[in-house]
Amino acid sequence: MGTLSIPLHYFLILAAVLFGLGVIGVITRRNAIVIFMSIELMLNAVNLTFVAFSNYLNNVEGHIFVFMVMVVAAAEVAVGLAIIVAIFRLRETVHVDDIRLLKW
Amino acid sequence: MAIEEILFWFFAVAAVAGGLGVVLHPNPIKSALFLVMTFFALAGEYILLMGHFVAIVHIAVYAGAIMVLFLFVIMLLNVPEETRQGGVWGAMRYVALGLFVFLSFQLSYFGFQDFFGDKQQLVKETEIGTVESIGMSLFSEYVLPFEIASILLITAMVGAIYLSKSKLIIEESKKKKAVEKEDH
Repeated sequence: MGTLSIPLHYFLILAAVLFGLGVIGVITRRNAIVIFMSIELMLNAVNLTFVAFSNYLNNVEGHIFVFMVMVVAAAEVAVGLAIIVAIFRLRETVHVDDIRLLKW
Repeated sequence: MAIEEILFWFFAVAAVAGGLGVVLHPNPIKSALFLVMTFFALAGEYILLMGHFVAIVHIAVYAGAIMVLFLFVIMLLNVPEETRQGGVWGAMRYVALGLFVFLSFQLSYFGFQDFFGDKQQLVKETEIGTVESIGMSLFSEYVLPFEIASILLITAMVGAIYLSKSKLIIEESKKKKAVEKEDH
């Protein structure tokens, strides 16, 4: 078994940058759908870290965990977008500043 | 520079460019298309890490299913372009930028330098990411989490169908408003 000529920490740095971009999206964007997309970006950054460490430790559990994260992401998107559609029907907006019934 | 490294940089630049597009583009449809680009680039990175199964599932689930759902909802709702925010949210942009620099620097520099020490750890050629290896452990050691995942998916499906029944939501809110008016 040989090695490829890519240092492993390149992948971890890339994952950190993508996670940071996702955080920026969640904090600055006010459109609920774009906030959801930023959350997907963060989940993907974590998946990349899982796969990278799985390669480092030579262990299959990282890949299994990525599989479970994908299941949760799919469920989250289905329910979340259904909630967004329901809110849009009631209030004609997906702007999160306009939806503050539960906010003090 | 070896071909693997060139491929890594190609996919990394594509992924970060796509991520920037998602965060910065005011039009949600174009944000979604940038996200598709990021997903394809990440699938390339998974293949470089010898995660063949994860790469294929990633394309099928994220680029295939989740992004289609996103685009459907965006086009169904006819979401307008986001206007630039003033006030608190304008200032929040700089907070986010500072947070981004801090987080990336903290995670990538301090954490991983301590973790790997001075020696460079290279990506290994392994067989653990193949469909066979993952299938073996998914159906032997991790069969219970695998089955529970199916329950989670069916719950989410039922929930999504229930939430998107239009008559239910609108009629209930009208009924509530009528009741409130009678009370007054």
